[in-house]
Amino acid sequence: MTRSESVAAVQRLRRSRATRAKTALKKAPFSAWFGIVVILGYVFVAVFAHWIAPYGETQVFSEAFAPWSQEFKLGTDQLGRDMLTRLIYGARNTIAIAVATTLLSFAVGVSLGLLAALYRGWLDQILSRAVDVLMSIPSLIFALVLLTIFGSSITSLIVIIALLDSTRVFRLSRAVGLNVAVMEYVEVARLRGEGPKWIIAKEILPNVMPPLVAEFGLRFCFVFLTVAALSFLGVGIQPPTADWGSMVRENATLITYGDVTPLLPAGAIALLTVSVNFVVDWFLQATSGLRDEK
Amino acid sequence: MNPVARTVLQRLGLGLVTLFIVSIIIFSAIAMLPGDFAKATLGQSATPETVAAFQREIGIDRPPVERYFVWVAQMLHGDFGSSFASRTGYRRTVAEIIAPRLYNTMFLAAVTALIAVPLALGLGILAALYRNGWFDRLVNVATLTTISFPEFFVAYMLAYLVISRDTFIGSDFAQTLPHWLTVSLNWALNAVPKFPTLSNVNDQTPFWEHLWKVALPAITLTLVIVAHMMRMTRAAIINMLASPYIDMARLKGMSPMVIVLRHALPNAWAPIVTVVAFNLAYLIVGVVVVEVVFVYPGIGQLMVDAVKSRDVPVVQACALIFAATYILLNLLADIISIATNPRLLHPR
Repeated sequence: MTRSESVAAVQRLRRSRATRAKTALKKAPFSAWFGIVVILGYVFVAVFAHWIAPYGETQVFSEAFAPWSQEFKLGTDQLGRDMLTRLIYGARNTIAIAVATTLLSFAVGVSLGLLAALYRGWLDQILSRAVDVLMSIPSLIFALVLLTIFGSSITSLIVIIALLDSTRVFRLSRAVGLNVAVMEYVEVARLRGEGPKWIIAKEILPNVMPPLVAEFGLRFCFVFLTVAALSFLGVGIQPPTADWGSMVRENATLITYGDVTPLLPAGAIALLTVSVNFVVDWFLQATSGLRDEK
Repeated sequence: MNPVARTVLQRLGLGLVTLFIVSIIIFSAIAMLPGDFAKATLGQSATPETVAAFQREIGIDRPPVERYFVWVAQMLHGDFGSSFASRTGYRRTVAEIIAPRLYNTMFLAAVTALIAVPLALGLGILAALYRNGWFDRLVNVATLTTISFPEFFVAYMLAYLVISRDTFIGSDFAQTLPHWLTVSLNWALNAVPKFPTLSNVNDQTPFWEHLWKVALPAITLTLVIVAHMMRMTRAAIINMLASPYIDMARLKGMSPMVIVLRHALPNAWAPIVTVVAFNLAYLIVGVVVVEVVFVYPGIGQLMVDAVKSRDVPVVQACALIFAATYILLNLLADIISIATNPRLLHPR
């Protein structure tokens, strides 16, 4: 195949993929559309937080626990910071941390999982048994132990949760990788003398993409909820950084007076996880029959 | 030897090995502490002598292997060491801190399990019986929703519901609604029992009052774990309903209820028991958050407080208890599913 021919082939592939995506989107059920719109909305708010928010993230006003008013749309929190502003910045901080954690967990989990699938033998044995042990304790408990040792900073939070979460990614990518690693074209690439990096990136990874993408959505939800839970417990993201989990906790007393404000950040968390779940459900059904009846 | 007994013993051994490795990991937590930890715990004014005494007390000056075995031996005798919160002349042992709280947590978990497991099985069987009907869809949507909510959201929603019983009629929101809606909403809210939103119990609390006070935490946890168990029960039974022997029973003219209960359910136990055990184990994680929301003096709350004050012996003891329960429950599920389904003795 000449160079121009291969370029043409790639372009044709791209076009067909785009059209396929378009037709799939047209056929998407309402729940998936709802999910996509909500996720895009969250991303928009998170990216443009600085311009949307009426006040600064840590700007303090004189009145704490102010009720909803013209000036403070959703009132103020326990230190007199604007609730709406904190909510908007919370979107940026909480989502950014969850995305970073999920990316790190996938980088570790997928590369180790595919390596284990490719080489098997002792490497696979060691990694798999280590993962078994890590998964024999609930990850929240493990995270709490590790946070005691390393203290709660955003870096340690991301690294700890990513490492604990990568165990599940490892299992999945090893399982799907094993099916691909025995294919003839992988054998061919190996005989051609390609290195493991090339085989994983060019031969295996493109063929295990759909389940991994779906898993990314599910893992994101899980990580997001874990970060929120840890922050809610007061051992996750530390003040004065705005974050939904800790906002719920700091303003929880308001609920006793029948005020819904503290439920808003919790609701924001719930809405995002539900939306991601909707989209993942649809994606799984569209790409494969993986989850027809569970 | 009886093959069932052999498999059970094998699993038991495997569980013990896992617990052993996990205990090593938890133990090394204390060895991995950064060097200035003694100073951070004792405060700025600590003299080198007190720092050295503290380090001797937590045993950093001895070899780790020796310390590990001493630690395990003490643990097996019920001595979990002393909390970092103890001072000279006032020793607070971890065991005495944990014991009453462990009882509270077990109480909450037991109440939740007693509500959640029968409820999930019942809903799952009914959903399988009337599959694809309105009941099935309703239960499916409701459980999917509760499954993706964070625990503290469910908890605070329930607390809010109970509180609005009193505050709703006077709120601004009620004024903006049409009169009839306000009245009917208020009537509906009054039907909500007045559960306590703070579960402050102590060891003198009588049994029934204790039960009343854990109502909200137990309902929250139930909502969180029922979904998964119910969906699995439904799926396992529907899976069984496709087998030829069910067709046979149907052709004999048996009622759908009898088919599900007598023919499908016994063969579906293995996956159901596994998922029930998994969810009871999941309670352990849920318990931490829910205890904090309702200020229930359980072991989860203790652990969170200990993490904040970096009280390592307490964190270690709590983590070990949680890990042991988790491993034990999973082991139990394995054993029950093997006992109910001897085919699992011969894995392919």
